[in-house]
Amino acid sequence: MVPLSWYLMFAAALFSIGLFGVLVRRNAVAILLGVELMLNAVNINLVAFWRYGDVTAMAGQVFAVIVFAVAAAEVAVGLALVISVYRRRNTVIADELDMLKW
Amino acid sequence: MTAQQIIFMIVAAYTLGSALMVVTTRNLVHAALWLVSTLFGVAVAYALLNANFIAVVQVVVYIGAIAILFIFAVMLTRKDMRDSGPQMNRNWWAGAIVAVLVFAGLAFLLSGWSGFQNTAAELPAEFDAISLLGEALTSPQAFVLPFEVASVLLLAALVGAVYVAFNPTKK
Repeated sequence: MVPLSWYLMFAAALFSIGLFGVLVRRNAVAILLGVELMLNAVNINLVAFWRYGDVTAMAGQVFAVIVFAVAAAEVAVGLALVISVYRRRNTVIADELDMLKW
Repeated sequence: MTAQQIIFMIVAAYTLGSALMVVTTRNLVHAALWLVSTLFGVAVAYALLNANFIAVVQVVVYIGAIAILFIFAVMLTRKDMRDSGPQMNRNWWAGAIVAVLVFAGLAFLLSGWSGFQNTAAELPAEFDAISLLGEALTSPQAFVLPFEVASVLLLAALVGAVYVAFNPTKK
Protein backbone atom coordinates (compact mmCIF):
# COMPACT_ATOMS: atom_id res chain seq x y z
CA MET A 1 0.00 0.00 0.00
CA VAL A 2 1.19 3.52 -0.77
CA PRO A 3 1.96 5.54 2.39
CA LEU A 4 0.16 8.84 2.91
CA SER A 5 3.43 10.74 2.58
CA TRP A 6 3.66 9.94 -1.15
CA TYR A 7 0.30 11.53 -1.86
CA LEU A 8 1.14 14.59 0.27
CA MET A 9 4.47 15.07 -1.53
CA PHE A 10 2.78 14.59 -4.91
CA ALA A 11 0.18 17.24 -4.02
CA ALA A 12 2.83 19.61 -2.66
CA ALA A 13 4.83 19.29 -5.91
CA LEU A 14 1.72 19.91 -8.03
CA PHE A 15 0.86 22.95 -5.88
CA SER A 16 4.37 24.36 -6.30
CA ILE A 17 4.25 23.89 -10.08
CA GLY A 18 0.89 25.69 -10.17
CA LEU A 19 2.30 28.49 -8.01
CA PHE A 20 5.25 28.82 -10.39
CA GLY A 21 2.81 29.14 -13.30
CA VAL A 22 0.77 31.81 -11.49
CA LEU A 23 3.89 33.82 -10.61
CA VAL A 24 5.76 33.76 -13.91
CA ARG A 25 3.25 33.58 -16.77
CA ARG A 26 2.37 36.81 -18.54
CA ASN A 27 -0.84 35.67 -20.21
CA ALA A 28 -3.93 35.95 -17.95
CA VAL A 29 -5.39 32.68 -19.27
CA ALA A 30 -2.11 30.89 -18.43
CA ILE A 31 -2.28 32.33 -14.90
CA LEU A 32 -5.75 30.77 -14.51
CA LEU A 33 -4.30 27.44 -15.74
CA GLY A 34 -1.82 27.64 -12.83
CA VAL A 35 -4.69 28.32 -10.39
CA GLU A 36 -6.42 25.16 -11.65
CA LEU A 37 -3.28 23.11 -10.91
CA MET A 38 -3.20 24.50 -7.35
CA LEU A 39 -6.88 23.68 -6.77
CA ASN A 40 -6.26 20.13 -8.00
CA ALA A 41 -3.36 19.72 -5.57
CA VAL A 42 -5.65 20.75 -2.70
CA ASN A 43 -8.25 18.22 -3.86
CA ILE A 44 -5.69 15.40 -3.90
CA ASN A 45 -4.86 16.24 -0.28
CA LEU A 46 -8.54 16.26 0.75
CA VAL A 47 -9.28 12.90 -0.87
CA ALA A 48 -6.04 11.36 0.49
CA PHE A 49 -6.91 12.45 4.04
CA TRP A 50 -10.38 10.92 3.60
CA ARG A 51 -8.88 7.59 2.49
CA TYR A 52 -6.17 7.45 5.17
CA GLY A 53 -8.43 8.64 7.97
CA ASP A 54 -11.88 7.36 8.89
CA VAL A 55 -13.46 6.29 5.58
CA THR A 56 -16.99 6.47 7.00
CA ALA A 57 -16.55 10.22 7.70
CA MET A 58 -17.24 11.77 4.30
CA ALA A 59 -16.05 15.33 5.04
CA GLY A 60 -12.99 14.97 2.79
CA GLN A 61 -14.99 13.93 -0.27
CA VAL A 62 -17.69 16.54 0.41
CA PHE A 63 -15.02 19.24 0.58
CA ALA A 64 -13.58 17.96 -2.71
CA VAL A 65 -17.03 18.21 -4.36
CA ILE A 66 -17.42 21.80 -3.09
CA VAL A 67 -13.93 22.65 -4.39
CA PHE A 68 -15.11 21.39 -7.80
CA ALA A 69 -18.09 23.76 -7.67
CA VAL A 70 -15.93 26.70 -6.58
CA ALA A 71 -13.36 25.92 -9.30
CA ALA A 72 -16.09 25.89 -11.96
CA ALA A 73 -17.41 29.24 -10.70
CA GLU A 74 -13.90 30.72 -10.56
CA VAL A 75 -13.07 29.64 -14.12
CA ALA A 76 -16.38 30.94 -15.51
CA VAL A 77 -15.98 34.38 -13.93
CA GLY A 78 -12.21 34.55 -14.54
CA LEU A 79 -12.45 33.71 -18.23
CA ALA A 80 -15.40 36.08 -18.67
CA LEU A 81 -13.25 38.85 -17.16
CA VAL A 82 -10.35 37.95 -19.48
CA ILE A 83 -12.60 38.02 -22.55
CA SER A 84 -14.16 41.32 -21.46
CA VAL A 85 -10.71 42.88 -20.88
CA TYR A 86 -9.53 41.57 -24.26
CA ARG A 87 -12.47 43.25 -25.93
CA ARG A 88 -11.75 46.63 -24.34
CA ARG A 89 -7.94 46.69 -24.29
CA ASN A 90 -7.11 44.14 -27.02
CA THR A 91 -4.58 42.39 -24.76
CA VAL A 92 -4.50 39.54 -22.24
CA ILE A 93 -0.95 40.19 -21.00
CA ALA A 94 -1.22 40.78 -17.25
CA ASP A 95 1.62 43.38 -17.21
CA GLU A 96 -0.24 45.63 -19.63
CA LEU A 97 -3.45 45.73 -17.58
CA ASP A 98 -2.47 48.70 -15.42
CA MET A 99 -5.63 50.84 -15.53
CA LEU A 100 -5.72 50.95 -11.71
CA LYS A 101 -2.06 51.88 -11.34
CA TRP A 102 -2.12 55.62 -12.07
CA MET B 1 7.75 -2.16 -4.11
CA THR B 2 4.24 -3.44 -4.57
CA ALA B 3 2.32 -3.14 -7.82
CA GLN B 4 0.23 -0.29 -6.41
CA GLN B 5 3.35 1.69 -5.50
CA ILE B 6 4.75 1.25 -9.02
CA ILE B 7 1.43 2.39 -10.54
CA PHE B 8 1.39 5.43 -8.21
CA MET B 9 4.94 6.36 -9.21
CA ILE B 10 4.08 6.18 -12.91
CA VAL B 11 0.88 8.23 -12.44
CA ALA B 12 2.64 10.84 -10.30
CA ALA B 13 5.54 11.22 -12.76
CA TYR B 14 3.11 11.51 -15.69
CA THR B 15 0.95 14.10 -13.87
CA LEU B 16 3.85 16.23 -12.68
CA GLY B 17 5.47 16.10 -16.13
CA SER B 18 2.24 17.27 -17.74
CA ALA B 19 1.87 20.02 -15.11
CA LEU B 20 5.40 21.25 -15.88
CA MET B 21 4.47 21.39 -19.56
CA VAL B 22 1.35 23.42 -18.66
CA VAL B 23 3.42 26.14 -17.02
CA THR B 24 6.36 26.16 -19.44
CA THR B 25 5.04 25.52 -22.96
CA ARG B 26 4.88 28.59 -25.21
CA ASN B 27 1.74 27.72 -27.17
CA LEU B 28 -1.34 28.35 -25.02
CA VAL B 29 -3.54 25.83 -26.84
CA HIS B 30 -0.89 23.21 -26.09
CA ALA B 31 -0.85 24.37 -22.45
CA ALA B 32 -4.63 23.82 -22.24
CA LEU B 33 -4.25 20.35 -23.77
CA TRP B 34 -1.44 19.53 -21.29
CA LEU B 35 -3.86 20.65 -18.56
CA VAL B 36 -6.32 18.00 -19.81
CA SER B 37 -3.52 15.44 -19.51
CA THR B 38 -2.68 16.61 -15.96
CA LEU B 39 -6.33 16.49 -14.88
CA PHE B 40 -6.58 12.95 -16.23
CA GLY B 41 -3.56 11.92 -14.16
CA VAL B 42 -5.19 13.44 -11.06
CA ALA B 43 -8.38 11.47 -11.85
CA VAL B 44 -6.30 8.27 -11.89
CA ALA B 45 -4.85 9.28 -8.51
CA TYR B 46 -8.42 9.61 -7.16
CA ALA B 47 -9.21 6.14 -8.51
CA LEU B 48 -6.10 4.78 -6.74
CA LEU B 49 -7.50 6.34 -3.53
CA ASN B 50 -10.80 4.39 -4.00
CA ALA B 51 -12.69 7.68 -4.54
CA ASN B 52 -14.54 6.46 -7.64
CA PHE B 53 -17.21 9.18 -7.67
CA ILE B 54 -14.63 11.96 -7.35
CA ALA B 55 -12.62 10.42 -10.18
CA VAL B 56 -15.66 10.41 -12.48
CA VAL B 57 -16.60 13.98 -11.48
CA GLN B 58 -13.01 15.03 -12.20
CA VAL B 59 -13.29 13.70 -15.76
CA VAL B 60 -16.79 15.07 -16.37
CA VAL B 61 -16.51 18.50 -14.74
CA TYR B 62 -12.81 19.35 -15.05
CA ILE B 63 -11.94 17.78 -18.41
CA GLY B 64 -15.42 17.98 -19.91
CA ALA B 65 -16.27 21.53 -18.88
CA ILE B 66 -13.41 23.55 -17.41
CA ALA B 67 -10.68 22.47 -19.84
CA ILE B 68 -12.99 23.07 -22.82
CA LEU B 69 -13.80 26.53 -21.42
CA PHE B 70 -10.06 27.23 -21.29
CA ILE B 71 -9.58 26.16 -24.91
CA PHE B 72 -12.44 28.43 -25.95
CA ALA B 73 -10.98 31.36 -23.98
CA VAL B 74 -7.54 30.85 -25.55
CA MET B 75 -9.04 30.82 -29.02
CA LEU B 76 -11.19 33.91 -28.33
CA THR B 77 -8.29 36.01 -27.02
CA ARG B 78 -5.50 35.43 -29.53
CA LYS B 79 -4.57 38.04 -32.05
CA ASP B 80 -3.00 35.54 -34.42
CA MET B 81 -2.13 31.86 -34.45
CA ARG B 82 1.37 32.21 -33.01
CA ASP B 83 2.33 33.36 -29.53
CA SER B 84 4.86 36.11 -30.02
CA GLY B 85 7.10 37.62 -27.35
CA PRO B 86 8.23 36.04 -24.11
CA GLN B 87 5.64 33.95 -22.28
CA MET B 88 7.25 34.49 -18.88
CA ASN B 89 8.16 37.50 -16.76
CA ARG B 90 11.66 38.90 -16.73
CA ASN B 91 11.79 37.80 -13.06
CA TRP B 92 10.83 34.18 -13.74
CA TRP B 93 13.81 32.94 -11.73
CA ALA B 94 12.37 34.66 -8.62
CA GLY B 95 9.09 32.81 -9.20
CA ALA B 96 11.01 29.55 -9.53
CA ILE B 97 12.83 30.23 -6.25
CA VAL B 98 9.54 31.00 -4.46
CA ALA B 99 7.94 27.81 -5.83
CA VAL B 100 10.91 25.68 -4.73
CA LEU B 101 10.89 27.34 -1.30
CA VAL B 102 7.15 26.66 -0.90
CA PHE B 103 7.69 23.02 -1.82
CA ALA B 104 10.62 22.72 0.61
CA GLY B 105 8.61 24.42 3.37
CA LEU B 106 5.61 22.14 2.81
CA ALA B 107 7.84 19.06 2.77
CA PHE B 108 9.56 20.19 5.99
CA LEU B 109 6.26 20.93 7.77
CA LEU B 110 4.61 17.69 6.65
CA SER B 111 7.61 15.49 7.50
CA GLY B 112 7.43 16.78 11.08
CA TRP B 113 3.83 15.58 11.42
CA SER B 114 3.35 12.32 13.32
CA GLY B 115 0.84 10.85 10.84
CA PHE B 116 3.12 11.38 7.83
CA GLN B 117 3.92 7.72 7.24
CA ASN B 118 0.35 6.47 7.88
CA THR B 119 -0.85 3.60 5.74
CA ALA B 120 -4.48 3.17 4.77
CA ALA B 121 -6.67 0.60 6.49
CA GLU B 122 -8.41 -1.91 4.23
CA LEU B 123 -11.85 -0.74 3.16
CA PRO B 124 -14.60 -2.55 5.12
CA ALA B 125 -16.46 -5.28 3.24
CA GLU B 126 -19.55 -4.05 1.37
CA PHE B 127 -18.29 -0.45 1.76
CA ASP B 128 -20.32 1.92 -0.43
CA ALA B 129 -18.66 5.34 -0.52
CA ILE B 130 -21.13 6.77 -3.05
CA SER B 131 -24.25 6.21 -0.93
CA LEU B 132 -22.41 7.57 2.12
CA LEU B 133 -21.43 10.66 0.10
CA GLY B 134 -25.00 11.11 -1.11
CA GLU B 135 -26.34 10.88 2.44
CA ALA B 136 -23.68 13.33 3.66
CA LEU B 137 -24.63 15.85 0.95
CA THR B 138 -28.37 15.70 1.64
CA SER B 139 -28.56 15.12 5.39
CA PRO B 140 -29.43 18.18 7.53
CA GLN B 141 -27.07 16.79 10.18
CA ALA B 142 -24.20 16.85 7.69
CA PHE B 143 -23.51 19.05 4.66
CA VAL B 144 -26.84 20.00 3.08
CA LEU B 145 -26.37 23.71 3.82
CA PRO B 146 -22.86 24.03 2.25
CA PHE B 147 -24.15 22.00 -0.69
CA GLU B 148 -27.05 24.41 -1.28
CA VAL B 149 -24.77 27.43 -0.81
CA ALA B 150 -22.44 25.93 -3.45
CA SER B 151 -25.34 25.66 -5.90
CA VAL B 152 -26.33 29.30 -5.27
CA LEU B 153 -22.66 30.27 -5.76
CA LEU B 154 -22.59 28.45 -9.12
CA LEU B 155 -25.78 30.19 -10.25
CA ALA B 156 -24.46 33.60 -9.20
CA ALA B 157 -21.12 32.92 -10.92
CA LEU B 158 -22.79 31.90 -14.18
CA VAL B 159 -25.09 34.94 -14.18
CA GLY B 160 -22.07 37.13 -13.37
CA ALA B 161 -19.99 35.53 -16.13
CA VAL B 162 -22.72 36.17 -18.70
CA TYR B 163 -23.07 39.77 -17.49
CA VAL B 164 -19.31 40.46 -17.54
CA ALA B 165 -18.70 38.89 -20.95
CA PHE B 166 -21.82 40.38 -22.54
CA ASN B 167 -21.03 42.93 -25.23
CA PRO B 168 -23.81 45.54 -25.43
CA THR B 169 -22.35 47.30 -28.48
CA LYS B 170 -23.01 44.33 -30.73
CA LYS B 171 -26.60 43.47 -31.54
